[in-house]
Amino acid sequence: MSASAHGTTSAPPHESAHEAGHGTLRGYVTGFVLSVILTAIPFWLVIGHVLDSAGWTAAIILILGVIQIIVHTFYFLHMNSKSEGGWNMMAMIFTVVLVVITLSGSLWIMYHLETNMMPPSPQEMRQMP
Amino acid sequence: MFSNPETQRLVFGRLTLDALPLDQPIVVGTFVVVAILGLALVGALTYYRVWPYLWREWFTSVDHKRIGVMYCVLAIVMLLRGFADAIMMRSQQAIAFGGSEGYLPPHHYDQIFTAHGVIMIFFMAMPFVTGLMNFVVPLQIGARDVAFPFLNNFSFWMTVCGAVLVMISLFVGEFARTGWLAYPPLSELDYSPDVGVDYYIWSLQIAGVGTLLSGVNLIATIVKMRAPGMSLMKMPVFCWTSLCTNILIVAAFPVLTGTLVLLSLDRYVGTNFFTNGFGGSPMMYWNLIWIWGHPEVYILILPAFGVFSEVTSTFCGKPLFGYTSMVYATVVITLLSYLVWLHHFFTMGSGASVNSFFGITTMIISIPTGAKIFNWLFTMYRGRIRFEVPMLWTVGFMITFVIGGMTGVLLAVPPADFVLHNSLFLVAHFHNVIIGGVLFGMMAGVYYWFPKAFGFKLDPFWGKMSFWFWFTGFYFAFMPLYVLGLMGVTRRVNHFDDSSLQVWFVTAAFGALLIAIGIFSSIMQIVVGFLHRDRLRDLTGDPWHGRTLEWSTSSPPPEYNFAFTPVIHELDAWSDMKSRGYARPVEGFRPIHMPKNTAAGLILALFAGICGFGLIWHIWWMAAFGFAALIVTAIGHTFNYRRDFYIPAEHVIRTESERSQLLATQV
Repeated sequence: MSASAHGTTSAPPHESAHEAGHGTLRGYVTGFVLSVILTAIPFWLVIGHVLDSAGWTAAIILILGVIQIIVHTFYFLHMNSKSEGGWNMMAMIFTVVLVVITLSGSLWIMYHLETNMMPPSPQEMRQMP
Repeated sequence: MFSNPETQRLVFGRLTLDALPLDQPIVVGTFVVVAILGLALVGALTYYRVWPYLWREWFTSVDHKRIGVMYCVLAIVMLLRGFADAIMMRSQQAIAFGGSEGYLPPHHYDQIFTAHGVIMIFFMAMPFVTGLMNFVVPLQIGARDVAFPFLNNFSFWMTVCGAVLVMISLFVGEFARTGWLAYPPLSELDYSPDVGVDYYIWSLQIAGVGTLLSGVNLIATIVKMRAPGMSLMKMPVFCWTSLCTNILIVAAFPVLTGTLVLLSLDRYVGTNFFTNGFGGSPMMYWNLIWIWGHPEVYILILPAFGVFSEVTSTFCGKPLFGYTSMVYATVVITLLSYLVWLHHFFTMGSGASVNSFFGITTMIISIPTGAKIFNWLFTMYRGRIRFEVPMLWTVGFMITFVIGGMTGVLLAVPPADFVLHNSLFLVAHFHNVIIGGVLFGMMAGVYYWFPKAFGFKLDPFWGKMSFWFWFTGFYFAFMPLYVLGLMGVTRRVNHFDDSSLQVWFVTAAFGALLIAIGIFSSIMQIVVGFLHRDRLRDLTGDPWHGRTLEWSTSSPPPEYNFAFTPVIHELDAWSDMKSRGYARPVEGFRPIHMPKNTAAGLILALFAGICGFGLIWHIWWMAAFGFAALIVTAIGHTFNYRRDFYIPAEHVIRTESERSQLLATQV
C-alpha cells in the first residue's frame, strides 16, 4: 500500500473531472440556430397548413423533436464519447435503450389490449371526451 | 371542535376524532402496547442521557457506516411490524372456516395485507439493502465516505419519514385496502374515498425521494471513488451488484414516482388517467407500475447475490469461481429485468404474441441466474468450507432459491399463469424468492459484517437457531401455499367455506410460528452477542479471514476508514495484500479532510413529513407550510459553508498507534 499524498477526502466534488469543458461560443451559436430552425419548421407546418395529411404533419414534428433532443444533448449538454471517461455516453445509451423498450413495449401492450378488450357500450362512448 | 364546519375543515381538513380507531379493540390494544414500550424507551434514553449522544453521533451523522447501521435498524424495526401483520393473516386464515369468522373482518384484513406488502418491500427490504450497500461499498472500494455524504443522511431520513407515515396510519385514520400496488380503479376516489390510498401515495413518494437520491449517491461513489488500481473488473462482486442495483433504482424509481403522481392527480384534482370512464385506462397503471415493479425485485435480489458471493468465497477460502461470468450475469440480469414486466399481467387481455414474447424473456432471465448458482457451487467444490452462520444462510439460500426459481419459470408459461394468476401459488413463489433470496441474504450479510461494524461477532448459537427456525419455518409456511394455489385458492381472502383446506392453513400458521422463533433468535443473537462482547471481540479487524478491502481496517473502522488510500493490484485486494506480506503503514500520517455532521437532512425530512400529513388529510395550510419550509430549509442549507473539517494528524496518529499496539498483542 503506497500512500496517496494528498489528504483530501472524497467528500467535495472533483473539479478536475470535467475535462470535457463547457463548449465554445461557436458550438452554442450552432446549437441555438439549429434548435430555432427545428422549432420553427413545426410551427410553419401547422400554421400554414403546408401538408394535407395531419398524420404526416405529426410524424414530421415527432422526427424533428427527436433531432431537437439530439441537438440539445450534443451542443448544450456537451455529450460526446469522451466526457467523464465515457460514462456520460454509456449512461445516455443505456437510458435511450430503456426509454425505447418502455415506450415501444407500452404501445405494443396497450394496442393489444385495445383490440382484444370488449368495446365500450354506446353510453360509455357518449361519455368519452 | 369548531361550531362552524367550514372552519373545522379549514383547520383540520378531513381529520376528525372519528379518524381514531377507538372502536377497534385490536388497534387500541396495539396502540397501548406501542405507547407503553415507546414511552419506556424514551424514558430510558432520557434517564441515561443518551439523546445528546444519539443526536450528535448518529442522527446528524454523515458517516456512511453510521447511516448504513441506521438503515438496518429501521429495516429490523419494520420487519417486526410487517411480521406482526403476517402472523395476524396466518392466524386469521387458520381459524376462519365455515361458521367461524375469525377475528379480522374484511375491512381490517385488507388493510393488513396491504400494509404487510408495502412495509416488507419498501420499508424492510429496501432499507436493509440500502443499509448494507451504504456500509460496505465505500469500505470495499477503499473510500472514506460516499460521494455525497449529506445527501446520504437526507436520503435516510426521507426513508424514515415514509415509514413513520405508514406507522401513523395504523392509529390515525386507516391504511389502503387495495393490495400493495394500489391498482385502480379500486384505488380511485370512487372506490377508496378515505385516506388509506393517500397514506400509501405520500409515504411512497417521500421514501422514494430517499431511495432515488441514495441510488445516485452510490453510483457516483462506485464510479468515481474506487481506490487507485481498482479497475471495474477488480471490484468485489458485492460492489458490482450494488452498482447494477443502483442503476436499476435510478432508472426505475422515476417511473413509480410518475405513476403515483398521475394517480394522485386523479384523486386530488379529478383527472381521469386511470378511471374506468372518461377515456381513462386502469390497465395503463398496471403497465406503468410494473415497468417499475419488475426491476424493483432485481433491485432487492442483486445485492443479496453480492452478499452470497462474498460469503461463499470467504468461507470456502477460495477466490470466487467465474468472477467474470458473475459480473456479466449481473449486467445481463440488469438489462433483462426491463424486458419482462408484462408477466405480472398475462391475464389482462394481451394477445398470444405479446404474452409469448414476455414469457420467453422471463424464462431467459433464469439463464444468468442459474449461471450464478453454478458459480457458487463450483466455488464450494473442493473449498475448505467453514460452516459458520453466514455460510449456513448461503447454503439455505441456494436450496430455497432454486425451488423459487423453478416455480417462477413455471409461472412464466402464459397458459400455466392463466391457472395460477392471483392464486396462493403466486404468493408462495414470491415469498420463496424474497425470503429465500433477499431476506436470507440480508441475514447472512448482517452476521458477516456485524463484527466489522461493531467490533464483536454475533452469538453463534442464537445465529444457528435463527437460521434453522427461519429455514424450516419458511418451508412449513409456504409449501402448503403452493399446494393450495395449485388447488385454485386465490389470495387476499379472509374466510373460506371449504373446511378441507383448513389443514394446509394450519400448517402454514405453524410455519409462521417457527419464523417468529427465528426472528426472536435473530434478536437474541444481537443481545447475547452484546452481553458476551468481550469473548466475541474482534481485535484483528479480519475475523473471518476475509478477502476484500473492508477487512484491512480495524473493527469498527475509524471514522476516516483508511489512514492512507490503499492501492489495488489484484481482485480480492486484501487477500492479495496478505499474501504479499503487506505491512501496515505506521508513520507519515497527515490531517484527513472529512465532511461535517449536519441536522439539515433530518429537518428537511421532518418538513416533508408535515407536508405529506397535510396532503393526506387535506389540511392545506399544513401542506403549504411543510412544502414552503422544505424549500426554504433546502435553500438555507446551501449557504452553510462550514461543511467540512480536518481530522488533525495527531488524532490519526493516536488512533493508528492504538491499533498497532492491539495488533501486537494478537501475534
